[in-house]
Amino acid sequence: MMDGIFLQQMINGLTLGSVYGLIAIGYTMVYGIIGMINFAHGDVYMVSCYLAAIGLAVLSYFGLESFPFLILGTLIFTIVVTAVYGLVIERVAYKPLRNSTRLAPLISAIGISLILQNYVQIAQGSRQQGVPTLLEGGWRFDFAKGFVQISFTKLFIIIAAFVGMAVLTYIIKYTKLGRMCRATQQDRKMASILGINTDRVISYVFIIGAAMAALAGVLVTMNYGTFDFYAGFIIGIKAFTAAVLGGIGSLPGAMLGGLILGVAESQFSGLVNSDYKDVFSFGLLVLILIFRPQGLLGRPLVTKV
Amino acid sequence: MSTPILEFKDVDVFYGPIQALRKVSLHIAPGETVSLIGSNGAGKSTLLMSIFGQPRAAAGQILYQGTDITRKTPHYIAANGIAQSPEGRRVFPDMSVEENLLMGTIPIGDKHASQDMQRMFELFPRLKERRNQRAMTMSGGEQQMLAIARALMSRPKLLLLDEPSLGLAPIVVKQIFATLRELAQTGMTIFLVEQNANHALKLSDRAYVMVNGQIRMAGTGKELLANDEVRNAYLGGH
Repeated sequence: MMDGIFLQQMINGLTLGSVYGLIAIGYTMVYGIIGMINFAHGDVYMVSCYLAAIGLAVLSYFGLESFPFLILGTLIFTIVVTAVYGLVIERVAYKPLRNSTRLAPLISAIGISLILQNYVQIAQGSRQQGVPTLLEGGWRFDFAKGFVQISFTKLFIIIAAFVGMAVLTYIIKYTKLGRMCRATQQDRKMASILGINTDRVISYVFIIGAAMAALAGVLVTMNYGTFDFYAGFIIGIKAFTAAVLGGIGSLPGAMLGGLILGVAESQFSGLVNSDYKDVFSFGLLVLILIFRPQGLLGRPLVTKV
Repeated sequence: MSTPILEFKDVDVFYGPIQALRKVSLHIAPGETVSLIGSNGAGKSTLLMSIFGQPRAAAGQILYQGTDITRKTPHYIAANGIAQSPEGRRVFPDMSVEENLLMGTIPIGDKHASQDMQRMFELFPRLKERRNQRAMTMSGGEQQMLAIARALMSRPKLLLLDEPSLGLAPIVVKQIFATLRELAQTGMTIFLVEQNANHALKLSDRAYVMVNGQIRMAGTGKELLANDEVRNAYLGGH
Protein backbone atom coordinates (compact mmCIF):
# COMPACT_ATOMS: atom_id res chain seq x y z
CA MET A 1 0.00 0.00 0.00
CA MET A 2 2.99 2.33 -0.27
CA ASP A 3 1.29 4.53 -2.83
CA GLY A 4 1.11 8.27 -3.15
CA ILE A 5 -1.98 8.75 -1.03
CA PHE A 6 -0.53 6.88 1.89
CA LEU A 7 2.68 8.92 1.89
CA GLN A 8 0.82 12.16 1.30
CA GLN A 9 -1.53 11.46 4.18
CA MET A 10 1.46 10.55 6.33
CA ILE A 11 2.85 14.04 5.77
CA ASN A 12 -0.53 15.67 6.30
CA GLY A 13 -0.98 13.56 9.41
CA LEU A 14 2.36 14.58 10.88
CA THR A 15 1.49 18.21 10.25
CA LEU A 16 -1.90 17.89 11.86
CA GLY A 17 -0.53 15.66 14.63
CA SER A 18 2.20 18.06 15.63
CA VAL A 19 -0.48 20.74 16.05
CA TYR A 20 -2.63 18.38 18.13
CA GLY A 21 0.44 17.56 20.17
CA LEU A 22 1.18 21.23 20.88
CA ILE A 23 -2.36 21.87 22.08
CA ALA A 24 -2.49 18.58 23.99
CA ILE A 25 0.48 19.76 26.06
CA GLY A 26 -1.73 22.38 27.68
CA TYR A 27 -4.38 19.84 28.60
CA THR A 28 -1.95 17.29 29.93
CA MET A 29 0.21 19.65 31.99
CA VAL A 30 -2.74 21.36 33.61
CA TYR A 31 -4.32 18.00 34.35
CA GLY A 32 -1.04 16.75 35.75
CA ILE A 33 -0.62 19.62 38.14
CA ILE A 34 -4.14 20.36 39.38
CA GLY A 35 -6.14 17.36 38.15
CA MET A 36 -8.48 19.47 36.09
CA ILE A 37 -9.50 19.35 32.43
CA ASN A 38 -9.18 22.91 31.19
CA PHE A 39 -12.11 23.03 28.78
CA ALA A 40 -11.28 26.63 27.88
CA HIS A 41 -7.93 25.57 26.41
CA GLY A 42 -9.33 25.08 22.91
CA ASP A 43 -10.69 28.60 23.00
CA VAL A 44 -7.36 29.98 24.16
CA TYR A 45 -6.01 28.38 20.99
CA MET A 46 -8.81 30.07 19.02
CA VAL A 47 -7.89 33.46 20.49
CA SER A 48 -4.30 32.84 19.42
CA CYS A 49 -5.46 32.33 15.80
CA TYR A 50 -6.98 35.83 15.85
CA LEU A 51 -3.89 37.23 17.54
CA ALA A 52 -1.72 35.63 14.85
CA ALA A 53 -3.80 37.32 12.14
CA ILE A 54 -3.65 40.64 13.97
CA GLY A 55 0.09 40.28 14.44
CA LEU A 56 0.61 39.50 10.77
CA ALA A 57 -1.58 42.39 9.70
CA VAL A 58 0.14 44.91 11.96
CA LEU A 59 3.63 43.80 11.00
CA SER A 60 2.80 43.85 7.27
CA TYR A 61 1.24 47.28 7.70
CA PHE A 62 4.56 48.52 9.01
CA GLY A 63 6.20 47.17 5.91
CA LEU A 64 7.75 43.99 7.24
CA GLU A 65 7.79 41.71 4.24
CA SER A 66 10.46 39.08 4.70
CA PHE A 67 9.08 35.78 5.95
CA PRO A 68 11.51 35.04 8.78
CA PHE A 69 10.98 38.42 10.47
CA LEU A 70 7.27 38.40 9.85
CA ILE A 71 6.77 34.95 11.34
CA LEU A 72 9.16 35.57 14.23
CA GLY A 73 7.45 38.82 15.13
CA THR A 74 4.02 37.21 14.87
CA LEU A 75 5.13 34.25 16.98
CA ILE A 76 6.51 36.43 19.74
CA PHE A 77 3.46 38.70 19.77
CA THR A 78 0.99 35.81 19.73
CA ILE A 79 2.77 33.71 22.31
CA VAL A 80 3.19 36.60 24.75
CA VAL A 81 -0.39 37.83 24.51
CA THR A 82 -1.87 34.30 24.61
CA ALA A 83 0.28 33.50 27.64
CA VAL A 84 -1.23 36.54 29.35
CA TYR A 85 -4.69 35.15 28.53
CA GLY A 86 -3.69 31.82 30.08
CA LEU A 87 -2.37 33.52 33.20
CA VAL A 88 -5.38 35.78 33.66
CA ILE A 89 -7.87 32.94 33.11
CA GLU A 90 -6.11 30.85 35.72
CA ARG A 91 -6.05 33.70 38.23
CA VAL A 92 -9.64 34.77 37.68
CA ALA A 93 -11.47 31.52 37.05
CA TYR A 94 -9.51 28.66 38.62
CA LYS A 95 -7.32 29.89 41.45
CA PRO A 96 -10.20 31.12 43.65
CA LEU A 97 -11.70 27.63 43.33
CA ARG A 98 -8.53 25.76 44.23
CA ASN A 99 -9.87 24.37 47.49
CA SER A 100 -13.44 23.69 46.43
CA THR A 101 -14.83 20.55 44.83
CA ARG A 102 -13.25 19.15 41.67
CA LEU A 103 -16.34 20.00 39.65
CA ALA A 104 -16.20 23.71 40.40
CA PRO A 105 -13.18 24.64 38.22
CA LEU A 106 -14.50 22.36 35.49
CA ILE A 107 -17.72 24.32 35.31
CA SER A 108 -15.77 27.54 35.56
CA ALA A 109 -13.70 26.37 32.57
CA ILE A 110 -16.83 25.80 30.50
CA GLY A 111 -17.91 29.31 31.46
CA ILE A 112 -14.59 30.78 30.33
CA SER A 113 -14.90 28.84 27.08
CA LEU A 114 -18.31 30.40 26.39
CA ILE A 115 -17.07 33.85 27.40
CA LEU A 116 -14.10 33.67 25.05
CA GLN A 117 -16.22 32.47 22.12
CA ASN A 118 -18.80 35.18 22.60
CA TYR A 119 -16.28 37.88 23.28
CA VAL A 120 -14.40 37.08 20.10
CA GLN A 121 -17.65 36.82 18.15
CA ILE A 122 -18.70 40.28 19.30
CA ALA A 123 -15.27 41.86 18.93
CA GLN A 124 -14.28 40.27 15.61
CA GLY A 125 -17.58 39.31 14.01
CA SER A 126 -18.94 35.88 13.40
CA ARG A 127 -17.73 35.54 9.81
CA GLN A 128 -14.72 33.44 8.95
CA GLN A 129 -11.50 35.40 8.96
CA GLY A 130 -8.47 34.63 6.90
CA VAL A 131 -4.86 35.45 6.18
CA PRO A 132 -3.03 35.15 2.89
CA THR A 133 -0.48 32.40 2.32
CA LEU A 134 2.86 33.45 3.71
CA LEU A 135 5.10 30.75 2.41
CA GLU A 136 4.58 29.71 -1.19
CA GLY A 137 5.84 26.61 -2.91
CA GLY A 138 7.06 23.22 -1.92
CA TRP A 139 8.59 20.06 -3.18
CA ARG A 140 6.94 17.50 -5.39
CA PHE A 141 8.19 13.95 -5.67
CA ASP A 142 6.91 11.82 -8.54
CA PHE A 143 7.19 8.10 -8.59
CA ALA A 144 5.57 5.08 -10.22
CA LYS A 145 2.36 4.99 -8.24
CA GLY A 146 1.69 8.67 -7.87
CA PHE A 147 3.28 11.72 -6.30
CA VAL A 148 3.82 13.39 -2.95
CA GLN A 149 3.82 17.09 -2.22
CA ILE A 150 5.48 18.70 0.74
CA SER A 151 4.65 22.36 0.92
CA PHE A 152 7.16 24.61 2.68
CA THR A 153 4.37 25.61 5.04
CA LYS A 154 3.86 22.03 6.19
CA LEU A 155 7.57 21.52 6.56
CA PHE A 156 7.79 24.70 8.60
CA ILE A 157 4.91 23.59 10.84
CA ILE A 158 6.46 20.21 11.56
CA ILE A 159 9.87 21.73 12.27
CA ALA A 160 8.51 24.56 14.42
CA ALA A 161 6.30 22.19 16.41
CA PHE A 162 9.18 19.82 17.05
CA VAL A 163 11.45 22.68 18.10
CA GLY A 164 8.73 23.91 20.47
CA MET A 165 8.31 20.45 21.96
CA ALA A 166 12.07 19.94 22.25
CA VAL A 167 12.52 23.26 24.05
CA LEU A 168 9.69 22.46 26.44
CA THR A 169 11.01 18.94 27.10
CA TYR A 170 14.41 20.43 27.90
CA ILE A 171 12.86 22.97 30.27
CA ILE A 172 10.82 20.34 32.10
CA LYS A 173 13.65 17.83 32.32
CA TYR A 174 16.70 19.92 33.06
CA THR A 175 15.84 23.33 34.46
CA LYS A 176 14.90 24.48 37.93
CA LEU A 177 11.50 25.63 36.65
CA GLY A 178 10.93 22.16 35.19
CA ARG A 179 11.90 20.46 38.42
CA MET A 180 9.55 22.75 40.34
CA CYS A 181 6.72 21.84 37.94
CA ARG A 182 7.40 18.14 38.33
CA ALA A 183 7.70 18.37 42.11
CA THR A 184 4.41 20.25 42.32
CA GLN A 185 2.82 17.65 40.09
CA GLN A 186 4.09 14.72 42.12
CA ASP A 187 3.33 16.08 45.60
CA ARG A 188 2.01 19.61 45.84
CA LYS A 189 1.96 19.76 49.64
CA MET A 190 5.55 18.56 49.92
CA ALA A 191 6.61 20.99 47.21
CA SER A 192 5.21 23.87 49.24
CA ILE A 193 6.95 22.63 52.40
CA LEU A 194 10.23 22.71 50.48
CA GLY A 195 9.70 26.38 49.76
CA ILE A 196 8.10 26.23 46.33
CA ASN A 197 5.39 28.79 45.73
CA THR A 198 3.03 26.24 44.22
CA ASP A 199 0.44 28.83 43.19
CA ARG A 200 3.09 30.47 41.08
CA VAL A 201 4.18 27.15 39.57
CA ILE A 202 0.56 26.44 38.62
CA SER A 203 0.44 29.83 36.92
CA TYR A 204 3.62 28.96 35.00
CA VAL A 205 2.00 25.75 33.81
CA PHE A 206 -0.97 27.69 32.45
CA ILE A 207 1.43 30.11 30.77
CA ILE A 208 3.37 27.24 29.19
CA GLY A 209 0.16 25.56 28.02
CA ALA A 210 -1.14 28.79 26.50
CA ALA A 211 2.20 29.49 24.84
CA MET A 212 2.20 26.06 23.20
CA ALA A 213 -1.40 26.59 22.06
CA ALA A 214 -0.32 29.96 20.65
CA LEU A 215 2.47 28.32 18.67
CA ALA A 216 -0.13 25.90 17.30
CA GLY A 217 -2.46 28.80 16.52
CA VAL A 218 0.17 30.61 14.46
CA LEU A 219 1.11 27.44 12.60
CA VAL A 220 -2.45 26.43 11.78
CA THR A 221 -3.29 29.95 10.68
CA MET A 222 -0.31 29.81 8.32
CA ASN A 223 -1.46 26.50 6.92
CA TYR A 224 -5.22 26.83 6.53
CA GLY A 225 -5.54 30.58 6.52
CA THR A 226 -9.11 30.62 7.86
CA PHE A 227 -10.67 30.48 11.30
CA ASP A 228 -13.71 31.70 13.19
CA PHE A 229 -14.72 32.16 16.81
CA TYR A 230 -15.70 28.50 17.01
CA ALA A 231 -12.38 27.19 15.68
CA GLY A 232 -11.17 26.07 19.10
CA PHE A 233 -13.94 23.60 19.76
CA ILE A 234 -13.23 20.63 17.52
CA ILE A 235 -9.47 21.00 17.53
CA GLY A 236 -9.55 21.41 21.31
CA ILE A 237 -11.45 18.17 21.77
CA LYS A 238 -9.15 16.43 19.30
CA ALA A 239 -6.12 17.62 21.25
CA PHE A 240 -7.78 16.44 24.43
CA THR A 241 -8.28 13.05 22.76
CA ALA A 242 -4.59 13.07 21.89
CA ALA A 243 -3.70 13.82 25.52
CA VAL A 244 -5.85 10.91 26.72
CA LEU A 245 -4.41 8.65 24.03
CA GLY A 246 -0.87 9.43 25.14
CA GLY A 247 -1.75 9.22 28.82
CA ILE A 248 -3.13 12.34 30.42
CA GLY A 249 -0.60 13.93 32.75
CA SER A 250 2.32 12.70 30.65
CA LEU A 251 4.18 15.28 28.59
CA PRO A 252 5.82 12.90 26.09
CA GLY A 253 2.45 11.13 26.00
CA ALA A 254 0.71 14.28 24.79
CA MET A 255 3.21 14.78 21.97
CA LEU A 256 3.12 11.12 20.94
CA GLY A 257 -0.66 10.97 21.26
CA GLY A 258 -0.97 14.06 19.06
CA LEU A 259 1.20 12.59 16.32
CA ILE A 260 -0.56 9.22 16.42
CA LEU A 261 -4.01 10.78 16.33
CA GLY A 262 -3.05 13.16 13.53
CA VAL A 263 -1.60 10.39 11.38
CA ALA A 264 -4.47 7.97 12.13
CA GLU A 265 -7.06 10.58 11.30
CA SER A 266 -5.34 11.62 8.08
CA GLN A 267 -4.91 8.03 6.95
CA PHE A 268 -8.55 7.35 7.69
CA SER A 269 -9.70 10.34 5.67
CA GLY A 270 -7.32 9.52 2.80
CA LEU A 271 -7.95 5.81 2.59
CA VAL A 272 -11.50 5.39 3.92
CA ASN A 273 -13.70 8.42 4.19
CA SER A 274 -12.95 12.01 5.04
CA ASP A 275 -16.51 12.81 6.14
CA TYR A 276 -16.24 10.44 9.05
CA LYS A 277 -12.79 11.42 10.26
CA ASP A 278 -14.14 13.02 13.45
CA VAL A 279 -16.22 9.93 14.14
CA PHE A 280 -13.08 7.87 13.69
CA SER A 281 -11.05 10.03 16.09
CA PHE A 282 -13.64 10.06 18.81
CA GLY A 283 -14.30 6.34 18.25
CA LEU A 284 -10.60 5.94 18.96
CA LEU A 285 -11.07 7.89 22.18
CA VAL A 286 -13.84 5.52 23.27
CA LEU A 287 -11.66 2.50 22.51
CA ILE A 288 -8.74 3.93 24.49
CA LEU A 289 -10.96 4.66 27.44
CA ILE A 290 -12.25 1.08 27.37
CA PHE A 291 -9.05 -0.84 26.77
CA ARG A 292 -6.25 1.37 28.05
CA PRO A 293 -7.70 4.14 30.20
CA GLN A 294 -4.26 5.23 31.41
CA GLY A 295 -3.20 5.90 27.80
CA LEU A 296 -0.02 4.84 26.01
CA LEU A 297 2.54 6.39 28.35
CA GLY A 298 0.39 7.08 31.39
CA ARG A 299 0.55 5.13 34.60
CA PRO A 300 -2.38 3.10 35.84
CA LEU A 301 -4.32 5.16 38.34
CA VAL A 302 -3.22 4.39 41.87
CA THR A 303 -5.03 5.84 44.81
CA LYS A 304 -2.68 7.98 46.88
CA VAL A 305 -2.45 6.90 50.49
CA MET B 1 17.25 32.85 78.16
CA SER B 2 17.66 33.71 74.51
CA THR B 3 14.64 33.84 72.19
CA PRO B 4 13.48 30.32 71.39
CA ILE B 5 13.94 29.37 67.74
CA LEU B 6 10.46 27.86 67.81
CA GLU B 7 7.64 28.44 70.23
CA PHE B 8 4.05 27.19 70.40
CA LYS B 9 1.67 29.25 72.54
CA ASP B 10 -1.67 27.58 73.36
CA VAL B 11 -2.11 26.22 69.85
CA ASP B 12 -5.38 24.56 68.85
CA VAL B 13 -5.62 22.66 65.55
CA PHE B 14 -8.69 21.07 64.04
CA TYR B 15 -9.26 18.55 61.26
CA GLY B 16 -12.81 19.46 60.34
CA PRO B 17 -14.82 18.95 63.52
CA ILE B 18 -12.08 16.92 65.23
CA GLN B 19 -9.68 18.74 67.50
CA ALA B 20 -6.19 17.37 66.92
CA LEU B 21 -4.17 19.70 69.18
CA ARG B 22 -5.39 21.27 72.42
CA LYS B 23 -3.65 24.29 73.90
CA VAL B 24 -0.21 23.03 72.95
CA SER B 25 2.68 25.08 74.28
CA LEU B 26 6.30 24.21 73.81
CA HIS B 27 9.59 25.87 73.01
CA ILE B 28 12.88 24.93 71.44
CA ALA B 29 16.08 26.88 72.04
CA PRO B 30 18.67 27.35 69.27
CA GLY B 31 21.05 24.41 69.12
CA GLU B 32 18.83 22.10 71.11
CA THR B 33 17.68 18.65 70.11
CA VAL B 34 14.12 18.24 71.30
CA SER B 35 11.87 15.29 70.73
CA LEU B 36 8.16 14.83 70.90
CA ILE B 37 7.06 11.33 71.78
CA GLY B 38 3.63 9.81 71.99
CA SER B 39 1.58 6.99 70.63
CA ASN B 40 0.10 6.70 67.17
CA GLY B 41 -2.62 9.30 66.61
CA ALA B 42 -1.60 11.53 69.51
CA GLY B 43 -1.22 14.49 67.16
CA LYS B 44 2.56 14.57 66.76
CA SER B 45 2.63 14.76 62.97
CA THR B 46 -0.19 17.29 63.02
CA LEU B 47 1.91 19.46 65.29
CA LEU B 48 4.87 19.35 62.89
CA MET B 49 2.69 20.09 59.87
CA SER B 50 0.97 22.94 61.68
CA ILE B 51 4.33 24.75 61.75
CA PHE B 52 3.90 25.01 57.97
CA GLY B 53 0.26 25.96 58.39
CA GLN B 54 -1.03 22.66 57.04
CA PRO B 55 -3.47 22.58 58.74
CA ARG B 56 -3.46 26.06 60.19
CA ALA B 57 -3.76 26.69 63.90
CA ALA B 58 -7.29 27.74 64.78
CA ALA B 59 -6.15 29.47 67.94
CA GLY B 60 -2.86 30.32 69.60
CA GLN B 61 0.42 31.40 68.12
CA ILE B 62 3.41 29.75 66.50
CA LEU B 63 6.55 31.86 66.78
CA TYR B 64 9.75 31.35 64.84
CA GLN B 65 12.74 33.34 66.12
CA GLY B 66 10.23 35.56 67.85
CA THR B 67 8.15 36.24 64.70
CA ASP B 68 4.57 35.09 64.46
CA ILE B 69 4.38 32.61 61.56
CA THR B 70 0.92 31.23 62.33
CA ARG B 71 -0.60 32.76 59.19
CA LYS B 72 2.40 32.66 56.86
CA THR B 73 2.54 30.62 53.65
CA PRO B 74 4.49 27.34 53.65
CA HIS B 75 7.02 28.71 51.16
CA TYR B 76 7.64 31.77 53.34
CA ILE B 77 8.35 29.49 56.29
CA ALA B 78 10.66 27.27 54.26
CA ALA B 79 12.45 30.31 52.87
CA ASN B 80 13.21 31.46 56.41
CA GLY B 81 15.07 28.35 57.45
CA ILE B 82 12.72 25.60 58.58
CA ALA B 83 13.00 22.26 56.78
CA GLN B 84 11.03 19.12 57.31
CA SER B 85 11.42 15.45 56.61
CA PRO B 86 7.74 14.64 56.83
CA GLU B 87 5.64 11.69 57.84
CA GLY B 88 5.66 9.07 55.11
CA ARG B 89 8.95 10.55 53.73
CA ARG B 90 7.22 12.07 50.68
CA VAL B 91 10.21 11.93 48.40
CA PHE B 92 9.27 12.78 44.82
CA PRO B 93 8.73 9.29 43.40
CA ASP B 94 9.44 10.08 39.76
CA MET B 95 12.61 12.06 40.39
CA SER B 96 16.14 10.79 40.78
CA VAL B 97 18.02 11.06 44.07
CA GLU B 98 19.97 14.04 42.75
CA GLU B 99 16.83 15.82 41.60
CA ASN B 100 15.16 15.20 44.94
CA LEU B 101 18.18 16.69 46.69
CA LEU B 102 18.09 19.71 44.38
CA MET B 103 14.49 20.29 45.40
CA GLY B 104 15.82 20.88 48.89
CA THR B 105 17.82 23.89 47.71
CA ILE B 106 14.82 26.02 46.70
CA PRO B 107 14.99 28.35 49.73
CA ILE B 108 18.71 29.14 49.34
CA GLY B 109 19.29 28.78 45.60
CA ASP B 110 21.66 26.27 44.08
CA LYS B 111 24.99 28.03 44.56
CA HIS B 112 26.06 25.51 47.22
CA ALA B 113 24.21 22.63 45.61
CA SER B 114 27.07 20.46 44.41
CA GLN B 115 29.10 21.02 47.57
CA ASP B 116 26.13 20.21 49.81
CA MET B 117 25.25 17.21 47.72
CA GLN B 118 28.75 15.84 48.28
CA ARG B 119 28.23 16.36 52.01
CA MET B 120 24.96 14.42 51.88
CA PHE B 121 26.71 11.60 50.02
CA GLU B 122 29.28 11.45 52.82
CA LEU B 123 26.52 11.43 55.42
CA PHE B 124 24.49 8.82 53.54
CA PRO B 125 26.81 6.83 51.24
CA ARG B 126 23.87 4.74 50.04
CA LEU B 127 22.45 7.79 48.32
CA LYS B 128 25.63 8.22 46.34
CA GLU B 129 25.32 4.70 44.96
CA ARG B 130 21.77 5.47 43.90
CA ARG B 131 22.21 9.05 42.79
CA ASN B 132 20.62 8.54 39.37
CA GLN B 133 17.95 6.12 40.49
CA ARG B 134 14.32 7.17 40.76
CA ALA B 135 13.18 7.53 44.36
CA MET B 136 10.17 5.24 43.91
CA THR B 137 12.46 2.31 43.21
CA MET B 138 14.37 2.62 46.48
CA SER B 139 13.83 0.88 49.80
CA GLY B 140 12.07 2.56 52.71
CA GLY B 141 15.35 3.17 54.52
CA GLU B 142 16.95 4.75 51.48
CA GLN B 143 13.90 6.95 50.96
CA GLN B 144 14.12 8.01 54.59
CA MET B 145 17.77 8.97 54.17
CA LEU B 146 16.81 10.87 51.04
CA ALA B 147 14.04 12.73 52.85
CA ILE B 148 16.41 13.79 55.62
CA ALA B 149 19.16 14.72 53.18
CA ARG B 150 16.70 16.73 51.10
CA ALA B 151 15.68 18.67 54.20
CA LEU B 152 19.35 19.33 55.02
CA MET B 153 20.05 20.67 51.52
CA SER B 154 18.36 23.94 52.47
CA ARG B 155 20.92 24.45 55.28
CA PRO B 156 18.05 24.85 57.73
CA LYS B 157 18.23 26.63 61.04
CA LEU B 158 15.60 24.26 62.35
CA LEU B 159 15.27 20.66 61.18
CA LEU B 160 11.94 18.92 61.71
CA LEU B 161 11.95 15.14 61.50
CA ASP B 162 8.81 13.06 61.55
CA GLU B 163 9.35 9.43 62.54
CA PRO B 164 12.67 8.83 60.81
CA SER B 165 12.66 5.29 62.22
CA LEU B 166 9.20 4.26 61.06
CA GLY B 167 9.11 0.88 59.36
CA LEU B 168 12.87 0.53 59.13
CA ALA B 169 15.12 -2.37 60.06
CA PRO B 170 16.81 -1.88 63.47
CA ILE B 171 20.24 -1.58 61.86
CA VAL B 172 19.05 1.21 59.58
CA VAL B 173 17.40 2.96 62.54
CA LYS B 174 20.74 2.86 64.33
CA GLN B 175 22.51 4.34 61.31
CA ILE B 176 19.99 7.13 61.00
CA PHE B 177 20.19 8.04 64.67
CA ALA B 178 23.98 7.99 64.52
CA THR B 179 23.76 10.49 61.67
CA LEU B 180 21.29 12.64 63.62
CA ARG B 181 23.69 12.63 66.57
CA GLU B 182 26.44 13.92 64.27
CA LEU B 183 24.13 16.64 63.01
CA ALA B 184 23.15 17.63 66.54
CA GLN B 185 26.81 17.92 67.47
CA THR B 186 27.36 20.39 64.65
CA GLY B 187 24.96 22.69 66.48
CA MET B 188 21.89 22.20 64.34
CA THR B 189 18.54 22.60 66.05
CA ILE B 190 16.52 19.41 65.65
CA PHE B 191 12.89 18.82 66.52
CA LEU B 192 12.18 15.14 66.33
CA VAL B 193 8.83 13.38 66.42
CA GLU B 194 9.14 9.68 67.28
CA GLN B 195 7.27 6.63 68.40
CA ASN B 196 10.62 4.98 69.00
CA ALA B 197 10.96 6.73 72.36
CA ASN B 198 14.07 4.91 73.43
CA HIS B 199 16.24 6.16 70.58
CA ALA B 200 14.64 9.59 70.60
CA LEU B 201 15.10 10.23 74.31
CA LYS B 202 18.70 9.10 74.25
CA LEU B 203 19.43 11.54 71.45
CA SER B 204 17.54 14.51 72.85
CA ASP B 205 18.41 17.30 75.26
CA ARG B 206 14.76 17.66 76.17
CA ALA B 207 11.51 16.00 75.25
CA TYR B 208 7.76 16.42 75.40
CA VAL B 209 5.23 13.64 75.78
CA MET B 210 2.01 14.05 73.87
CA VAL B 211 -1.25 12.30 74.68
CA ASN B 212 -4.51 12.92 72.82
CA GLY B 213 -3.40 16.21 71.36
CA GLN B 214 -2.08 17.62 74.63
CA ILE B 215 1.39 17.93 76.09
CA ARG B 216 1.33 15.60 79.08
CA MET B 217 4.92 15.83 80.30
CA ALA B 218 8.13 17.62 79.61
CA GLY B 219 11.66 17.10 80.81
CA THR B 220 15.20 16.27 79.81
CA GLY B 221 15.78 13.10 77.85
CA LYS B 222 17.33 11.43 80.87
CA GLU B 223 14.47 12.36 83.21
CA LEU B 224 11.87 10.97 80.85
CA LEU B 225 13.87 7.80 80.22
CA ALA B 226 13.79 7.22 83.98
CA ASN B 227 10.13 8.15 84.40
CA ASP B 228 7.90 5.17 85.22
CA GLU B 229 4.89 6.37 83.26
CA VAL B 230 7.00 6.95 80.16
CA ARG B 231 8.75 3.61 80.59
CA ASN B 232 5.48 1.73 80.83
CA ALA B 233 3.68 3.54 78.05
CA TYR B 234 6.41 4.08 75.44
CA LEU B 235 9.41 1.97 76.28
CA GLY B 236 7.63 -1.35 76.63
CA GLY B 237 8.63 -1.53 80.31
CA HIS B 238 12.29 -2.22 79.51
